[in-house]
Amino acid sequence: MLQLDLLAADYGPVRALDGVSLTVEQGQVTAVLGANGAGKTTLLRTVSGLVRPSAGRVVFDGTDITRKPVEEIVRLGVAHVPEGRGVITELTVEENLRLGGLYRKRDAIPPSEIYEMFPPLLERCTQPASRLSGGERQMLSIGRALVARPRTLLLDEPSLGLAPLVVAQIMGLVRSLADERGIAVLLVEQNARSALSIADRGVVLNLGRVVADRPPQELAADEQLRHAYLGF
Amino acid sequence: MTKFIDYTLNGITNGAIYAAVALALVLIWRATRIVNFAQGAMLMITTYIAAAVINSTGSYVVGFVAALASGLAIGAVVERLLIRRVEHGPPLNAVIVTLGLYTFLVALAGMIWGDTPRSFPPAFSIRGYEIGGARYLFAPNDTYIVLVVVFVAMVLAALFRYTPLGLQMRAAAFKPEVAQLLGVRVGRMFTFGWGLAALTGAIAGVLVAPSVFVAPNNFDPILISGFVAAVLGGLDSPPGAVAGAMILGLALSYVAGYEGDALVPLAALVILILVLMVRPTGLFPAAKERRV
Repeated sequence: MLQLDLLAADYGPVRALDGVSLTVEQGQVTAVLGANGAGKTTLLRTVSGLVRPSAGRVVFDGTDITRKPVEEIVRLGVAHVPEGRGVITELTVEENLRLGGLYRKRDAIPPSEIYEMFPPLLERCTQPASRLSGGERQMLSIGRALVARPRTLLLDEPSLGLAPLVVAQIMGLVRSLADERGIAVLLVEQNARSALSIADRGVVLNLGRVVADRPPQELAADEQLRHAYLGF
Repeated sequence: MTKFIDYTLNGITNGAIYAAVALALVLIWRATRIVNFAQGAMLMITTYIAAAVINSTGSYVVGFVAALASGLAIGAVVERLLIRRVEHGPPLNAVIVTLGLYTFLVALAGMIWGDTPRSFPPAFSIRGYEIGGARYLFAPNDTYIVLVVVFVAMVLAALFRYTPLGLQMRAAAFKPEVAQLLGVRVGRMFTFGWGLAALTGAIAGVLVAPSVFVAPNNFDPILISGFVAAVLGGLDSPPGAVAGAMILGLALSYVAGYEGDALVPLAALVILILVLMVRPTGLFPAAKERRV
């Protein structure tokens, strides 16, 4: 579904990504792990077109999307949930949700279906999104990405700043999105343990390079790797 | 007492025109964080076009439509050709570009139409209403001005609040990157936003033209008033701009009536300085975000 070929990206003289290759299959969750500054966020921003790669290719569903504008990549079915404050706080909860599906016109998922997945959002649907708590904001940004029925979901640190119970809920949701809707998920996480618990594949980044790409059980079993890069 | 009523009604009429200019400035500020100092010159050009069309067709309505259409086109073209290049640079670059555009348009108008002021026909009679034997300055054309601006403000509010296009424009203005990630064509929204703003400015030009005459520099004062009104309203809020324009319209009308016309520009600047000193965020600042 989503394939990255020797992707490289630079911020001025700093090489943020250095020849990253990986694939995400339909209905699978690929977790990208690594410390701060490993290039995880840059990886997602390069896939969705916010950062222009200096080398390499991104192929989505057989189409080369490397040089396409962000809006067009999104419209092909690649949804990017950015880290932290991705909700538009000046708009209401419902406006945020509707915005996510506008380009899909009638094929968009109605907000009511998202409220069934995330009941706390229903109570606040007419309030500005600035009133939401951190967990609710995360629900809103994931729900908003789903409205357009994406085929690939790029998730940037969905667990950031959330209580352990909420993290477990979000991870369970991500798993079910892959299983039930066949979405290919590229999940970037610092919280390696919870990400690996639901992933089909784990990729470890360090200084912009892939240092491991293995099934999650193997990664978790490799004590040296865990200590060096994953912090548990 | 008749005087007070005259000044008040005149203030409301002027306030309505300032409101249209202020709305044009606020629309652009919200979308691209640029104060469009060329707004006065842009609406001067569209008013010249309207005057020429009225002259050759004899129809006020056709002229009005020509002003709207040319406003939309000029705003969109300016955004695509000039503003797009400075949008992401330092704010000063954009300021210089709009000032340069102002100079260019004023010179261009002088070359095409000359410096002699031309009259512009009002839509309705400018003979004041007569009520109970007293004649007031407020005339049918003033009623028309106020109604047009109220209508424009309501249409803009409805567009932004209730239509998918308006939702996308707001999203593009507040968080362009997030909007992009939701498939909003942000560049197109900015182009349309500039077009819409210039169209709103064009309306102000046509409404004010009968009382100021059409000449290259005759619309500068209403740009200043519109700018002060927009700052008074917080620069970010369309309802604030309208409220600020009404307050300013009344205040300047009383100054002009009781103290004399010469003091009006000075009074506008004094109000601007006072607002910036006492409440730099304007009288109606946008709501603060909850800190988590």
